[in-house]
Amino acid sequence: MTAVDIAFEVNGRQTTVHVEPMRRLSDVLRDELGLFGTKVGCEAGDCGACTVRLGGRQVESCLVPAAQANGTTIQTVEGLAARDGVAGDLQAAFLDHGAAQCGICTPGMLMAAETLLAADPNADDAAIRDGIGGVLCRCTGYVKIVEAIAATRDARLVGAATGVGSPVVPVAGAAVGSRIAKVDGLPRVLGTARYGADHRPDDVLAVRAIRSPHARARFEIGDLAPLRSRHPGLVDIITAADVPGQNRYGIYATGKDQPALADGVVRHPGEAILALVADEATLAAIADSDLPITWEPLPPVRGLDDALAAEAPTLHDASPGNVLIRGRLARGDVDAALVASHATATIDVETTFVEHAYIEPEAGVARRVGDRIELTVSTQAPYMDRDEVALILGIPPADVRIIPTACGGGFGGKLDLGVHALIAIAAWRTGRPVQAVWTRPESMAASPKRHPSRIRATAGVDADGRLTAYRFHGDFDTGAYASWGPTVANRVPVHAMGPYGFDAVLATTRAVYTNNPPAGAFRGFGVPQASIAHEALMDDLAAQLQIDALEFRLTNALRAGSTTASGQRLDASAGLPACLEALRPHWQRLRAEAAAHNAGAGGSGVRVRRGVGIGAMWYGIGNTSMSNPSTIEMGVTDDARVVLFCGAVDIGQGASTVLVQIAADALGVPAGVVELVSGDTDRTADAGKSSASRQTFVSGNAARLAAADLRRQILLLAEVADPTTGADAAAITFEEGRIVVTEPGGRTSEIDLAELPLVPVRDVSAACVIAGRGTFDPRTTPLDADGQGVPYQTYAFGAQLADVEVDPELGTVKVRRIVAAHDVGRAINPTQVEGQIHGGIAQGLGFALMEAYVPGRTENLHDYLIPTVGDMPEIECLLIEDPEPSGPYGAKGVGEPALIPTAPAILGAIHDAVGVRITQLPATPDRVRAAILARAGA
Amino acid sequence: MAFLRPTRLEDAIGALGSGGPSGAGWVVVAGATDHYPARVGRAPVEDVLDVTAIGGLRGAAAVDGGWRIGALTTWTDLVEADLPPLFDALRAAALAVGGQQIQARATVVGNVCNASPAADGMPNLLALDALVELASVRGPRRVPIGEFVTGNRRTVRAADELVTGLFIPAPLDGATVRSAFEKLGSRAYLVISIAMVAAVVEVGADGLIARARVAVGACSEVAQRLTALEADLVGLRAHASTAGVARAAHVAALSPIDDVRGSAAYRRDAALTLVRRALEQVLG
Repeated sequence: MTAVDIAFEVNGRQTTVHVEPMRRLSDVLRDELGLFGTKVGCEAGDCGACTVRLGGRQVESCLVPAAQANGTTIQTVEGLAARDGVAGDLQAAFLDHGAAQCGICTPGMLMAAETLLAADPNADDAAIRDGIGGVLCRCTGYVKIVEAIAATRDARLVGAATGVGSPVVPVAGAAVGSRIAKVDGLPRVLGTARYGADHRPDDVLAVRAIRSPHARARFEIGDLAPLRSRHPGLVDIITAADVPGQNRYGIYATGKDQPALADGVVRHPGEAILALVADEATLAAIADSDLPITWEPLPPVRGLDDALAAEAPTLHDASPGNVLIRGRLARGDVDAALVASHATATIDVETTFVEHAYIEPEAGVARRVGDRIELTVSTQAPYMDRDEVALILGIPPADVRIIPTACGGGFGGKLDLGVHALIAIAAWRTGRPVQAVWTRPESMAASPKRHPSRIRATAGVDADGRLTAYRFHGDFDTGAYASWGPTVANRVPVHAMGPYGFDAVLATTRAVYTNNPPAGAFRGFGVPQASIAHEALMDDLAAQLQIDALEFRLTNALRAGSTTASGQRLDASAGLPACLEALRPHWQRLRAEAAAHNAGAGGSGVRVRRGVGIGAMWYGIGNTSMSNPSTIEMGVTDDARVVLFCGAVDIGQGASTVLVQIAADALGVPAGVVELVSGDTDRTADAGKSSASRQTFVSGNAARLAAADLRRQILLLAEVADPTTGADAAAITFEEGRIVVTEPGGRTSEIDLAELPLVPVRDVSAACVIAGRGTFDPRTTPLDADGQGVPYQTYAFGAQLADVEVDPELGTVKVRRIVAAHDVGRAINPTQVEGQIHGGIAQGLGFALMEAYVPGRTENLHDYLIPTVGDMPEIECLLIEDPEPSGPYGAKGVGEPALIPTAPAILGAIHDAVGVRITQLPATPDRVRAAILARAGA
Repeated sequence: MAFLRPTRLEDAIGALGSGGPSGAGWVVVAGATDHYPARVGRAPVEDVLDVTAIGGLRGAAAVDGGWRIGALTTWTDLVEADLPPLFDALRAAALAVGGQQIQARATVVGNVCNASPAADGMPNLLALDALVELASVRGPRRVPIGEFVTGNRRTVRAADELVTGLFIPAPLDGATVRSAFEKLGSRAYLVISIAMVAAVVEVGADGLIARARVAVGACSEVAQRLTALEADLVGLRAHASTAGVARAAHVAALSPIDDVRGSAAYRRDAALTLVRRALEQVLG
């Protein structure tokens, strides 16, 4: 297609581009004009990330032919700033309200909202929801987004000139507990934050994987010479034989079973078998069918039944019978305890693949620098990436540098390698920078998922309503490769029985290989699946004994002094009773309202039935019985800057902000003083991965220790007699080239930084003259063959209520309200905690009601549904702070806990409304309706 | 790969008549909201005829004997147009197509030409007895909407024809007209319908149903009118309780499929519920 001149106005400036007329406008804005604030999430109009304002309307720029932009007026997120680097009012409101988490949807949200408010300055909240209904967010649950837009509307109506919020700027020592804005938030609302796809060196090549259309097959690659001669632009073709190092990687030392490029055998649809390296135009001209691949399809192992059948083929030689790993926890005599129980209940649960559906598909660029390789990539785990890339390239880990970009959502999915392997190999071989940006279908075909599960569980209770015994078996489809399957198999037995005390427990799990996409880490590591079973059983037993479902849980809740099923005594910070007590008035009120509504149902105009359900959870913070240390450095530079060198990646959850708050208070300086160096493996120590809800607790402790170490050294240099911290402790201030220390008695001393020698920190460019270092590793023990030991140092607890309405004739479910009580130990930043809860509820709601990934069928965001703003209930957060003595300022974690009780609460509420217990997730309208019909017919 | 964006209808029709440079015919593009999603990660190979610069094809307005919806009329244009209650159902559908970004770009005619079994416009246009207007170098023609779409992604539009608009005939003289649309999906916004129903009822001065048109979408390869139900409704009193006339037999001719959105049995069951609810709206 011949390029033509296309002229339009963008952000107030006339511009002309020379492009092919059918180029997507999103590509024109990004690639031709460098307006990287416009994000691309799907190229199909499903996600709205690329929304811009065109001629006064919001449009998805991925669906606008460049030719149709001719003569139009366009505004992008870059056009919303008040001036260069200064947020406009809507952007400031997003920042103040915590409406941007990962920030990848933020530009689209902002443009949808700006278009709406420009057209309808009085837009009510329903109009706001309509206005942003076409933009998907996977982090926030939309709550704070709607709040920020409404606040902007209100401020504009009263004529506020600039800014609608009041940024929180705590003084020294007051950062913890305050609602400061995200320290990395401004670029996210300005649209200047650079994500995985936003780094494009000038001479960059692209790498494209050729992927298997078959779930299981053998293949041969024929003569590639004709392809090379037909496409002279091809710089490299990479096959399994060309992998420089080991063509087997994986999280666990014992689970390195996944090839960067399949070697003659594919095990899941979408598996990469070959990679083409060239400029984008050359790659685009090559069809998959041009490649000389000979396939020999084999009967696929489609799920647990296939894999566990006696005649099943063995997918990995190391795992005959296709069982990757087993997990087990045993305590007491379950069989005897169940027989002796006053009542028992049994349930079978089935859940399916759930897709992370982060709005940013996997992307990054690799550069070879001499004998080192540098990857600028979207990730949750830079140090693990480093070690895996080193293995694949056959070079020492020290020769790999991982530079995390802004991460447009992770949720566990970016703990595995995504684009890494192929960009690294291609850059290593060609010496040129190589970029890969996965398309949405590619991301959904090749990235790991939540494990499908099949669970059977039985619980018993005595006549007094005290739980006696719990028996659980769960099979988890781990797909073609191990990924994080072992984590799921080990974490689930510890949590299988829920946050309750039992005399006897037997919990067993298996992770099973199939020819499905790998199932890996997803917010909760199998615990959300297990919670469906234990919460349904709690409801069942409470009903059998005619005990209120909340009170039944309260009676049996783990609490300080309880001993867990793994034999661990909980000494402190086990705040489930407090959570349930906080929910009690809401529970009673909502139940009464639902009952009153239903008493009128059947009358004229009342078509839906209402119900209220409850879910409770617990979750161990950090790795299960495995060392997972975090090391953080904090230094003062020779020009008196305070820098936190933090390897913990902020994937939108707010880790950077929380760690700055902790470090600021531990050092005794205002949070605004602390600069952040984040994630770069050449500049920060290993803080471990952003997973397992561990960064606040584990890296928070490391940050606290690093800051305390730095403070101690400063006070030592200032010759302060009493180097303690606290309200009446010495004050540290930074001035040009020096530190001033003021003691409570008024004595001041100065440290002239120019006189100090440089001290080494990992970041060799840092010029630090004083540096502190902190390392923290949770105190755990190995688990014995019966799963007994100390798997985690601390646990998060929580409970949620769901108030739903069910349309019995259609089987549709609308969640009206969620009340969420979470024991977070200490809310370092209540805004971030609420954001995690809102987002967890959104994902829990999706898990409960709509999310079902079908390999090869739902690899887009219109067949795979995640909640939109219109699906979200009203949410009330009740933050319970039962301090964890070993946590930084008492804090634990909340990232995964927030998701876990939502689905059980919703399913319980459906049962309360219409009397059917949905045990196969998601509870789609057809399943709910079928259950209602079956019950009516029974 | 050629690209053409004519400003005159004659030029567009002339181009279509010539078959296009590659000989494979032109791909006609307007809002492009179905064009690009079908080409994610694929290099463009087709000759594209972009019709959006052609004058006179945009807008919905009254004409002799009815109303005309031009081929470039977007869903948002339709929502904002001054149209009578006859169009309430189509307007409701307009607000349920994608998000506001899609509504601002996608055209009503494109929805018809894309011929998806789940096209939200189709049951409405069937219930409105719409005529599809086509133009070509061979001359214009009008095709009833029910004959225009022949299957999943199939229409009777010839390769050299361009759809220029839709004609909606006026209701019976003196009748009170009401219309309603019921859409069923698994989430609030951005959802492909599991099933949907459009109903248009004309009630005479005597309070009796003079004409009823009811159509169901996403429950067969092409949306279908429920002609037996329509016949049964004529002459009955216009009251919400009349909706109970709709029975399982009336939706028996539907041929829904099992897919990721719902089972066939569920679709059939839900369709009847939606039919009754749409009728309650227009008769209540």
